Amino acid sequence: MKHDLIIKICMGTGGIASGGLDVMHAFRNQLGKKSIKADIKKHCSMHKVGCRGLCAKDVLVDIILNNVKTTYQFIKPYMVERIIEEHFINGNPVLEWVVSEDYHQFHDNQIKVVLSDCGIIDPEEIEAYINAGGYDALRQVMLTMSPGETIETIKKSGLRGRGGAGFPTGLKWEFCSKETSAQKYIICNADEGDPGAFMDRSVIEGNPHAVIEGMIIGAYSIGADNGYVYIRAEYPLAVERLRKALQQARKHKFLGKKILGKEFNFDIKVKLGAGAFVCGEETALIASIEGYRGMPKAKPPFPVYKGLWSKPTVINNVETLANIPYILRNGAEWYASFGTEKSKGTKVFALTGKIRNSGLIEVPMGIPLREIIYDIGGGIENDMAFKAVQTGGPSGGCIPAKLLDIKVDYESLASVGSIVGSGGMVVLDENDCMVNITKFFLQFTQSESCGKCTPCRIGTKRLLEILERISSGNGRDGDIKLLEDLSHDIKATSLCGLGQTAPNPILSTIKYFRDEYEAHIKEKKCPAGVCKDLLSYIILDQFCKGCGACKRVCPAGAISGERKAVHKIDTQTCVKCGACIESCKFKAIRKG
Amino acid sequence: MPNLRIDGISVSAPEGTTILDAAKSADIPIPTLCHHPKLTPYGGCRLCIVDVKGINRPVTSCTTPVTEGMEVSTTNPEIEKLRSTILELLLSDHPNDCMICEKAGDCTLQELAYFYGIRENRFEGERRQYTEKDDNPFIRRNMEKCILCSKCVRICDEIQGVGAIDLTYRGFNAKVSPPFGKDLNCEFCGQCVAVCPTGALTGKMWVTKGRQKDIREVDTVCPYCGCGCSLTLHIRRNRVIRVSSKENTINEGWLCSKGRFGFSFINSPERLKTPLIKEKGKFREASWDEAFDLIVSKLKKIRKKHGPDSIGGLASARCTNEENYLFQKFIRAAVGTNNVDHCARL
Ligand SMILES: Cc1cc2nc3c(=O)[nH]c(=O)nc-3n(C[C@H](O)[C@H](O)[C@H](O)COP(=O)(O)O)c2cc1C
Repeated sequence: MKHDLIIKICMGTGGIASGGLDVMHAFRNQLGKKSIKADIKKHCSMHKVGCRGLCAKDVLVDIILNNVKTTYQFIKPYMVERIIEEHFINGNPVLEWVVSEDYHQFHDNQIKVVLSDCGIIDPEEIEAYINAGGYDALRQVMLTMSPGETIETIKKSGLRGRGGAGFPTGLKWEFCSKETSAQKYIICNADEGDPGAFMDRSVIEGNPHAVIEGMIIGAYSIGADNGYVYIRAEYPLAVERLRKALQQARKHKFLGKKILGKEFNFDIKVKLGAGAFVCGEETALIASIEGYRGMPKAKPPFPVYKGLWSKPTVINNVETLANIPYILRNGAEWYASFGTEKSKGTKVFALTGKIRNSGLIEVPMGIPLREIIYDIGGGIENDMAFKAVQTGGPSGGCIPAKLLDIKVDYESLASVGSIVGSGGMVVLDENDCMVNITKFFLQFTQSESCGKCTPCRIGTKRLLEILERISSGNGRDGDIKLLEDLSHDIKATSLCGLGQTAPNPILSTIKYFRDEYEAHIKEKKCPAGVCKDLLSYIILDQFCKGCGACKRVCPAGAISGERKAVHKIDTQTCVKCGACIESCKFKAIRKG
Repeated sequence: MPNLRIDGISVSAPEGTTILDAAKSADIPIPTLCHHPKLTPYGGCRLCIVDVKGINRPVTSCTTPVTEGMEVSTTNPEIEKLRSTILELLLSDHPNDCMICEKAGDCTLQELAYFYGIRENRFEGERRQYTEKDDNPFIRRNMEKCILCSKCVRICDEIQGVGAIDLTYRGFNAKVSPPFGKDLNCEFCGQCVAVCPTGALTGKMWVTKGRQKDIREVDTVCPYCGCGCSLTLHIRRNRVIRVSSKENTINEGWLCSKGRFGFSFINSPERLKTPLIKEKGKFREASWDEAFDLIVSKLKKIRKKHGPDSIGGLASARCTNEENYLFQKFIRAAVGTNNVDHCARL
């Protein structure tokens, strides 16, 4: 049946948090009214769609009226009536609510593979995925290709693991396929514990069937008959959609016994994680599924030889698996045509921080960082100066402004002391203190360390303590050297990737922002004005008009002064909350 | 059988042997705190790191199997520096109270700190502070001294099959604990105490009774049951103050709570040291000869009057095999009946 009027409402976690459900109810209520012509009701269909990336402009609503698409941004329930009235009935879109140029700029500079159906199809309807070409790849693989040929295609595509380490996916599958074992497993790693990362969550919320199809193809290739999706319980919407999708896939006989009539049985279980970052590490993840405390084990043996329940096991990231159907549908050459010599294809990044268009983006590997920040991201918020971008989360590093033209791929980022990692990208501006940012990441790794190995358990604690004393004005001569030495030793001796990479944020910020560390230690100053213990607030006599605004907002009663006379801040009582600065109309208060 | 070189010495070891074990067989020492030969390799303390040619980072010798042609270096300035940092980190979170620690002189951590000459510590910082609780008569847990080697957790799970403790919490606050932070409530076999490399786990009844250097060891057999576990009594001033067991024994060094903690009867004032004969409803002390004479005369009398099958013998599980053999021989040959049994079947 052909619909003339299609309404698509962004219903990822971001869309729902911005009120997507209310907007949907509003459409339903308004369209249900008697005054709306039956004609419109009959030809109208409404769909939830997943994240299309630009969460900053939620709730986003697409109206496709007679094949013409109009996208609205920041939609609230009260706006719905007018849209129906003017747009649906009279055929005139409400221009003032239609997305602006930057929405298109954000999308036009991306290349979408993994996200190509996200935000377009209804993730809760398997038919929507099938109509968009979904499960064609599975059919093609199972009816026309041997497992070996499938693996060969993935190898040729150059796809590398998107979970962080960048290991060639085809090769991993090949190792596992060559193992002889009555039982093998494929696991989808949807733990996604990096702060600021929401790529995998959005893929599962927006297009769960692509992940499932990728897993089935992987299982067929390596000879697995059981699969697990290890997903954190903090992702309730993703879990719900995944479970729904699994049921639908079973109904359509893509999962279960004799899939597509072939001698191939495969099913997928969902295992909820309790939200430990370290459980994303593959051996810890396996321990967690087995019912043990999630702690990494020494490798070798690698999971492809001895994984879940000691059986050969392939573990792949969500994004890695979601790429698989598209690669097989469009061919290895097509996929390999994106990216660089060694980093093929596209990568999804979670662009956050001080960036105008924060959200989810997908770009070809090797794209210059500048294009991501300025063409897609629309530049820095409030026109502040760009300072650095932190990539790879707690395992990564900071790339300073002077390296803005670097290409974003595995090799280039590694060469400057950072990593692609799983795809977090936090943009920092001149108001960010690098010592403080680093402290944040160390707090994270320290509290997420599993405690098994000494350097990670105690070493990261000591790193954090040194950073804390630096940012509180108690830094000592030699602290930078101590940080570097301990970082080196922790990297060299830690058991798993968590500890081995935990010092990276320190080393890269010392490398590019050593002067900031020195200012904290030697001059007891925080140049960005962030570290509270190093700040003092003063009122500049020449600008103060004695209006008393600051005195009224000060929660600590630290400001004194007669009306119309110059005011003063008692630095002993001041709690450095910054309320006075915001209240002063005459820019008479300075922090430094 | 892979052939390899460790510090220039040729070694061959069976497939699957770890570098640590291969080195041990060649008498090359590698420090470790978390390894135990009977437990699953752990790789937690990181002290046993070695360099392997062709691998760009140190590997833990306790978890890495040997391969043909492998070239291992167990000691060089970089490796020793890394080990020293690890020890410094451990000591930065360890109470500095070797003076009053039960384990002093027998503590692997203390030993390593001595050999690595660690006195100053670059990483002074917060230490974990815990209050001791555990209302049981056997095991004292001083978790501030715990270095998280997890030997206790593994022995409880893998050898004892009990799983009374596990690691809890994360990061710096990781801690070995019974479920929900409650008091220990287990079999109290004390296997965990036996493998603890520091003073974190000790026996409550040992406290201030004497350190390892003060004791004389006497090997004996446990009197509690027919298993016949080998015991080593730790004796100070002619009193048993502690019991352990050696690894190369029939029981592989493992003991149960009776063997390990049940030795206080030795010096108990209530302990029977001579036979007692009951006369007019009251016991009096007697000599062995007198007691035996009485038994012989009574048994003879009964047998004469009622026949040998009126007599039965029941032996104790606390007797040794040899004693039990003699007992049944006595009942069968001397008394003349097959009415003989033993309580260990119960
Ligand atoms: C501390 C730590 C956390 C990790 N977290 C994740 C994660 O959340 N998701 C993920 O896919 N991989 C994570 N990894 C990487 C996995 O160990 C593994 O390499 C990956 O799942 C393999 O899949 P891929 O080859 O498709 O990338 C983590 C690794 C470490 C050391």
